[in-house]
Amino acid sequence: MGCEQWGAKLDRYLDGELAPAESVTLAAHLRGCSSCAADVLERVQIKRSVQMAGKRYTPSAELRSRITKKVAEKSHAGPAPWWRLILVPALALLVAAVLVNTYQHREQEARQNVYSELADLHVNTLASATPVDVVSSDRHTVKPWFQGKIPFTFNVPELAGSDFSLVGGRVAYLEQNPGAQLIFQIRKHEISVFIFLDRNGEIRELPARAGNAGSFNAATWTKNGLRYFVIGDANAADIEALSKLLRDAG
Amino acid sequence: MRVSEERVSAASFEELAMPLFDQLYNFAHWLAQDRAEAEDLVQETYAKALRGFSSFQAGTNFRAWMYRILRNSFLTSRAGLKNTVVLDEEDSESLPVESANPESLLIEQADREMVQQALENLPLQFREILLLCEVEEMSYQEIAETLAIPIGTVMSRLFRARKALRGSLRERIEGGRHGM
Repeated sequence: MGCEQWGAKLDRYLDGELAPAESVTLAAHLRGCSSCAADVLERVQIKRSVQMAGKRYTPSAELRSRITKKVAEKSHAGPAPWWRLILVPALALLVAAVLVNTYQHREQEARQNVYSELADLHVNTLASATPVDVVSSDRHTVKPWFQGKIPFTFNVPELAGSDFSLVGGRVAYLEQNPGAQLIFQIRKHEISVFIFLDRNGEIRELPARAGNAGSFNAATWTKNGLRYFVIGDANAADIEALSKLLRDAG
Repeated sequence: MRVSEERVSAASFEELAMPLFDQLYNFAHWLAQDRAEAEDLVQETYAKALRGFSSFQAGTNFRAWMYRILRNSFLTSRAGLKNTVVLDEEDSESLPVESANPESLLIEQADREMVQQALENLPLQFREILLLCEVEEMSYQEIAETLAIPIGTVMSRLFRARKALRGSLRERIEGGRHGM
């Protein structure tokens, strides 16, 4: 498919609204087409800048307390008549069920957000003219490069004897926290490994199967207070193999 | 019976609606471009939502429902009426294709303030859809529910909103350069 056909779909791809099969084809096209890749990069930048710039106004404490009070008043008005003793627990159960549902939905959404953010970072990196800031296949060069740039250290696995090669690394940000992004390659597929500090287990797990952008496989775990994410368009077995190498090294 | 139902649903309303407070305010302020009006809007939204919560259908999207109330309140307010300009909607399938521009990396230089000014100056329909998509991170489906428009229109409007924003940012960046 040529570039003309993709033009209008790039936004849908970045918004995570393109069908999985199309996302895969587009991702493949982006690797080979520098003009579309530059276009995607620009769109990612605008998306991010609107995201930052859009969070602009904060409500006053006074308005918050006024509305909280009004909403709470309606919830707890009047003495309890006898029938409430029976009816309230029944309805409370119902409401609890709805809330649990909503909560699960939100959790899922939050996980989805982390996932799409990482997917964006991954795509953004590959689309960039200089995907990595430290270009080296030597793990003894890459690891020290991060010193002083991120607030933790980690081990880069020994790749000798595996099909993986290290392309390099850069500093990445997830929810304003700095972390390491390592790019590995296997059979022409790039895989990003993100490592962030996660002392309190605040970073959410990814969905078990990659959703949303659809074209990526992903894995995640925590070890020694660090949260690892592995994401790329390589097959699930490769993602798992790289995850194992990292786990054994870390 | 009816009273008790309202009371109990009010308790869950509080738990569903209060977490949206900060975002709703931010959105209201972007729409109204004025603190006092934004405060009135948020207050009106919560009052209307509280009254209408019994008619809220479980299983439909609560967030989209709240935003729709807020937006409708704005559109019928004095500030909103001034803002109402009807846009011609294009069909999403016939979206024009833009070619990649080698100067596109210009956008990298846009700072937060510049983006805020550009957003402020966009027509209301463009501003709100960009905020819902990028800041609220709503899916196209949620945006469609909030704005009460079909998904095809969501896509075409988003496309044109982004194009308008890009154009405006480019102008600002280039203008800034010539000004130096």
